[in-house]
Amino acid sequence: MLRYLSLRLLFALPALWLILTMVFLLAHIVPGDPVAQMLGEGARAEDLQQLRHVLGLDLPLPVQYGKYLAGLVRGNLGESFRFQQPVLRVVASHYPATLELAIVALLVCATIGIPAGMWAAERRGRAADRAIGVFTLFGLSVPNFALGPVLILIFSVILGWLPVSGRGGPSHLILPAITLGAALAAIMTRMVRTSVIEELSSDYVRTARAKGLSNGAVLFRHAFRNALIPILTILGLQLGTLLAGTIVTETIFSWPGVGRLAVQAIQARDYPLLQGCILMIAFSYVLVNLFTDMVYALVDPRVRFE
Amino acid sequence: MNALRDFLRHSGPGRWGFALTALLVIAAVCASWIAPANPAAQNLPMRLASPGPGHWMGTDELGRDILSRVLYGARVSMLVSICVVLGAGIVGLTIGGLAGYFGRWLDRVVNTVLINAFLSFPGILLAIAFAAFLGPGIEKVILALVLTGWAGYARLARAQVLQAKEMEYVLAARSLGASDARILIRHLLPNILQPVLVQATIAMAGAILAESTLSFLGVGVLAPMPSWGAMLNDARAHLFDAPHLVIFPALAVMAAVLAFNLLGDALRDWMDPRMRSYLVTLQLTR
Repeated sequence: MLRYLSLRLLFALPALWLILTMVFLLAHIVPGDPVAQMLGEGARAEDLQQLRHVLGLDLPLPVQYGKYLAGLVRGNLGESFRFQQPVLRVVASHYPATLELAIVALLVCATIGIPAGMWAAERRGRAADRAIGVFTLFGLSVPNFALGPVLILIFSVILGWLPVSGRGGPSHLILPAITLGAALAAIMTRMVRTSVIEELSSDYVRTARAKGLSNGAVLFRHAFRNALIPILTILGLQLGTLLAGTIVTETIFSWPGVGRLAVQAIQARDYPLLQGCILMIAFSYVLVNLFTDMVYALVDPRVRFE
Repeated sequence: MNALRDFLRHSGPGRWGFALTALLVIAAVCASWIAPANPAAQNLPMRLASPGPGHWMGTDELGRDILSRVLYGARVSMLVSICVVLGAGIVGLTIGGLAGYFGRWLDRVVNTVLINAFLSFPGILLAIAFAAFLGPGIEKVILALVLTGWAGYARLARAQVLQAKEMEYVLAARSLGASDARILIRHLLPNILQPVLVQATIAMAGAILAESTLSFLGVGVLAPMPSWGAMLNDARAHLFDAPHLVIFPALAVMAAVLAFNLLGDALRDWMDPRMRSYLVTLQLTR
């Protein structure tokens, strides 16, 4: 198990390194001058030069890269222009809100996806299965930036049941969580359906049926428990995707998380803060994937020996 | 043509997908002839007008005709998605094909380091970062999405080439003295194109979504060029007084994504039902 985990950690390292390096390169060698973008059109040449010096952008690129990596190791992501505070502190203060939203959205996704997928699998080929298929296709096709405003329109503006935006009580969480979790619920439904159908055609299910077990017992006690392994992996993968999806959802609902912070950083041309937000989301994604692999290996011993 | 007829005859969802895609293409190509107004023309006295005979989908906060903007938005979406799918497809096929064909250290570097690293975090996150640093503009959106979208094709092409290069026709070509380049381009490429085509169709939906997301966040195409994502972003400020601003661009994005999802799903089932689990996994890990 330890060897497996070490290997997984080793495979996660190139991804982490690539993220770090790409975020660095983006800010330093892409066409267009980030400093000019920060100060806007018409900035004086001496102001540009001074800001370049303050940010260390006048140093040779390898030196900048070394300083950047050294800073990261010490947890120094630079200073936010907008907040006049260390980036790490600003991002960390917004992180709990993002995590809260992502976890609730994942619950929404599992609450819809698992029963719907099982129901569709159990009624394979019938009207219910086809209806669920149509719904999942629609779920996959509605982007969160379209679904969010439409949900606000219906539940907040027309019906007045739920708050339009902001973070507060549980009622504030409902619309953002549905917006964030809807597309993933559709994917989850498809995957649960496929996994359960596969299990239902196994020999042990036939044996269970031959023993005279009820349909529910076969479905829940046998097929679902075995189908749970791939479902668990998908849940983990989806938590990572949810973290990326928060950028749009938090913007729509003015949810004070890292995603909205990233958009504010783009608008304010606060590049150190934007780098920090992207690194935080990307790191979380890689860590969640790593954690999922660990859980997967714990649940299914075959994985460790492959 | 016969293959297309056969596909449409056998697949109900495929027919719907094809019809919606055809509508989208017609809207994109013929926007300048069928749009009732110039999409950038402002008419402030008519701002936020509800849908009616003069403006079938109403007008926005600057009095611009929403129907015209939705039609021209189709042009932007199609242009970006075609360029992204072609660009990412060519880059991915080249890198993945070479890695799969030559194997050894090249394969290890490309597969273990590059492809895994690019697929191990969400492409849209990287695209947002690229677009934010590159600045807004249609060509920059395309570049950002190509740079973040090639890895899926590379993985598929690598897997297909790995399998196909062991076939007897490759051995026959080699024994006849064919060069590596000839084997790759003339023999292997046509044989691996089918699954790549399916993935490209599904990726069209992803590219439309990604372009709209970037424009929604303000790092996509530049105003006054109409983009569905940017229209939805502008509409958020008028949810209370002009809800039609949200509904029409939202329906347009949804229809476009649905069209390519339907078409991709149907093509996948029609060509090879065994592809299903592989492509779903690939999509999930993106």
